[in-house]
Amino acid sequence: MANSTVNNGAKPDILRVEGLRVYYDTPRGSVKAVDGISFALKAEERFGLAGESGSGKSSMALAVMRMIKPPGRIAHGGVWLDSRNVLALPEEQMQRLRLAEIALIAQGSMNSLNPVMRVRDQIIDGFRDHDLLLPRREMEARIHELLERVGLRPDVADMFPHELSGGMKQRVCIAIAISLRPKVIIADEPTSALDVVVQRQVMETLRKVQEDLGASVILVGHDMGLMAQFVDRLGIMYAGKLVEVSPVADIFTTPRHPYTQMLIASLPSLEEKGEFRGIPGLPPSLLDVPPGCAFHPRCPHAMDRCGTEEPLMKEVQPSSWAACHLL
Amino acid sequence: MASVPTAAAQSLPVEPSEGGLGEKLRGVLGYMRRNPPLIVGLVLLLSLLLFCGIGALVYDLNRARPLSVPPGLPPAADYPFGTDNQGRDLFAVMVAGTPLTLRIGLMAGFIGLFVGTVLAFVSAYYGGLIDTIIRGVVDIGLTVPGLLVMIIIAIAVKGNLSVEQMALVVACLAWLYPTRTIRSQVLSMRERAYVQVARLSGMSGPEIIVKEMLPNLLPYLLASLVGATASAVLASIGLEALGLGPLESPTIGMTLYWVIYYSALLLGMWWWFIPPIVIIIILFVGLFNLSVGLDELANPRLRRSV
Amino acid sequence: MTETAQSALLEARHVTKIFGGGLFDKTRTIALEDFSMAIESEPPSITAVVGESGSGKTTLARLLLGLADSTSGEVLYKGKNLRRMSGDDWRSFRRDVQVIFQDPFEVYNPFYKVDHVLTTPVEKFNLAKSKQESRALVEDVLHTVGLRPEETLGRYPHQLSGGQRQRVMVARALILKPRLIVADEPVSMIDASLRATVLGSLKQLNQDFGISIIYITHDLTTAYQISDNIIVLYRGSVAEVGDVELVVRQPQHPYTRLLVGSIPLPDPERRWAAEAPAALSVKRVDGRRCKFVDRCPSATDVCLTGVPALFQTNSYRAAACFLYQGSPVLKAEEMDRVFVEAPERRGVRRPDADGGRAAATG
Repeated sequence: MANSTVNNGAKPDILRVEGLRVYYDTPRGSVKAVDGISFALKAEERFGLAGESGSGKSSMALAVMRMIKPPGRIAHGGVWLDSRNVLALPEEQMQRLRLAEIALIAQGSMNSLNPVMRVRDQIIDGFRDHDLLLPRREMEARIHELLERVGLRPDVADMFPHELSGGMKQRVCIAIAISLRPKVIIADEPTSALDVVVQRQVMETLRKVQEDLGASVILVGHDMGLMAQFVDRLGIMYAGKLVEVSPVADIFTTPRHPYTQMLIASLPSLEEKGEFRGIPGLPPSLLDVPPGCAFHPRCPHAMDRCGTEEPLMKEVQPSSWAACHLL
Repeated sequence: MASVPTAAAQSLPVEPSEGGLGEKLRGVLGYMRRNPPLIVGLVLLLSLLLFCGIGALVYDLNRARPLSVPPGLPPAADYPFGTDNQGRDLFAVMVAGTPLTLRIGLMAGFIGLFVGTVLAFVSAYYGGLIDTIIRGVVDIGLTVPGLLVMIIIAIAVKGNLSVEQMALVVACLAWLYPTRTIRSQVLSMRERAYVQVARLSGMSGPEIIVKEMLPNLLPYLLASLVGATASAVLASIGLEALGLGPLESPTIGMTLYWVIYYSALLLGMWWWFIPPIVIIIILFVGLFNLSVGLDELANPRLRRSV
Repeated sequence: MTETAQSALLEARHVTKIFGGGLFDKTRTIALEDFSMAIESEPPSITAVVGESGSGKTTLARLLLGLADSTSGEVLYKGKNLRRMSGDDWRSFRRDVQVIFQDPFEVYNPFYKVDHVLTTPVEKFNLAKSKQESRALVEDVLHTVGLRPEETLGRYPHQLSGGQRQRVMVARALILKPRLIVADEPVSMIDASLRATVLGSLKQLNQDFGISIIYITHDLTTAYQISDNIIVLYRGSVAEVGDVELVVRQPQHPYTRLLVGSIPLPDPERRWAAEAPAALSVKRVDGRRCKFVDRCPSATDVCLTGVPALFQTNSYRAAACFLYQGSPVLKAEEMDRVFVEAPERRGVRRPDADGGRAAATG
């Protein structure tokens, strides 16, 4: 399934997030990591959530999994998985949901593999936690199948994490994430520490398993190039808010929000040597987000209205949404 | 472990704080609230010091000398802690002796830490033969039973020991452990990028040690000082209880010596041996908590978080 | 090699660096193998050294800066071996060759304000005669890199963003008016929108101040944007070298092709093509054959016979690959023969040692 064009209403929504707010309470005030985010993820879709450091995207991923720990809390909003209210579930049921229906490949997870357990045992762990242990022979077969899906040799099952390269470890993490055939896979910066060649292999693996499983993927990250290569639809986050959501081709050819425009303009190209165009100013502190539109201090098109009134997401074109007073 | 997303913390362009003393004080008190052991330690030690300070003002400390009061009396109105068999007023003894014991501990701790720090820096920064020699001495020295060595030293020092000489005896071994722990801290610091930058900026070895590494080590050194003091106090009490201490001083350890010498336990003279034990307990629990609290302060993961 | 009266500013001659491999250590890693490179101070250029982890690029940086010793071969500063330099030579070296490290956090001592990294070199190298002069110097370089002194000085490192911290580091490198700056992955830990500003500052140093830069990175795109010439390293050896326009736009070495093909282009229309499989199945890659043979889609039997030399396929490029064995061999020491001089750089003014300016001899 190459560049799937998004058909409005053709595929059902598998995950819906509405008005999500995640705040961290610190002695200096509330850090508003996620401040009113809404989006929908369709079945079999690859959705990207792009933002720079301090935009709140990792908190978004954790919130959907209900893995926010104090001093963080989900202050507001709803998350629906397949029309089930995730935030209202008792913890036991939530635990059964995790890995089996919605899996997370956390940032730096390849370094969080248990160093004293073999790969096989770490995969089995997931099964055990969900009371899905199979008799030995079948378990072995499943493990081999999983490793094959991610392009690893079966003898990797006997190895310890330190015997594997970075790319292999990350693929083990993908294998663990898909072991119970979830409907949604959230990958938070899955390739950040990897070289460009290995990165490509890991992303190709992720694409392949997603297509095989018919699952949906949310790719969280800051690498716009990676988003362009992988996702169908892309959401841009800034200071805890979503500023634009569009099919990926539209984001790159006709970005609508000034932040998106400047972000894309700042990407260095391989076509020609050009000027170095950064975005002036600094991303705001999440403790003290500017009033109105969070981007207005850095926006070249800012009007008076932008400093007082927060822009709402408007459907500028079918399936293309942006939050800007200019539109 | 900070649960606040570190990326968010890193991109915070914080305004430099305007406040002077007032805001700094509030910051310090706020921190202390989150660090219970620090408070417990400080409270215990301060109460002890208060006890000694106020006691010295309201009480006649000459009564800590032998033959100043009727011997062997249990606690009464005139003698709040009773008296011992040599005619010492035990309340005066506690008030006078506790600071002496502390002084021995602090002096020995300071000397031990100072020598240890110098040796640790030299050993870790320059490496090579010096490092091997120092490390060897430390490793061997730490396996030898310290008390034994100090007994031998104490015996070898002829004549009556003063409090200061006591401190020096204890200091002889107090530098071993600090050398080892500070050395490993310096070793890891040596590889930090800012040390490399300092080298490339033209700083010399000793300059880097003093200007770049030492300031970052201060919290750790403070925590080590408390630890060194505690073990020095323990060592001095041990030596004194064996009779190898300053016989004429009313230190805690010497009180214990007289307690043993006069079989106060068998004689049922509870007012004689209970106060020194209580003071030792308060002292050590206080020092221990203080060192745990300072350890947390010194832990680099705690610093620079929101 | 022609003996010139003036030796190259910094030169690596047949440098090899091996880690481990001692008596009890079974793991022996060849980080850099027989690497030679000469950096002239005239004309000032930007050379990219590109490679993935394990390519040896970080080792190269450390060796060139004198922060580590080579196992064999030598590193020469103005003709003098780093291992045999006097104290004065080192001072001169530290003034001429500066560095920008990758991690914008670790390079700052958390105890001091950021002023410290700027004032220390001024002090140590006696660049100012008074506090006011020192302050003026510091403010001047901050302005040059586009920072406002009132927003930067007096702050602690954690109060600045990664991009600002890195620009302060660029300012620091500039204060000493070096001839060469070794930049080791200067923007990889900075946000995308802030990278452009740091890279812009580096480019400016080269164009306005005539400072040569060795830009070490794994990111081909920024390497392309900023440099004139490029050296591609693979497992400690040079795979391809030359004019960055040629090497990146039309890569010749199969590894360079793989690298360029793996770049995630920010263009949804041009997605990754399928990766070509290796042509030969090779069990081990040891020293006496091309190092890329186990992954190369164009490998043939000749690739198993020996290590390919650098074949110069064009005035401005060379590739170490048997595919080009018909071309003349380029000796390692003469690698800079294929370097191109950016036309806008000829005749640029270069500040000389005591701050005056002299026009470069073209």
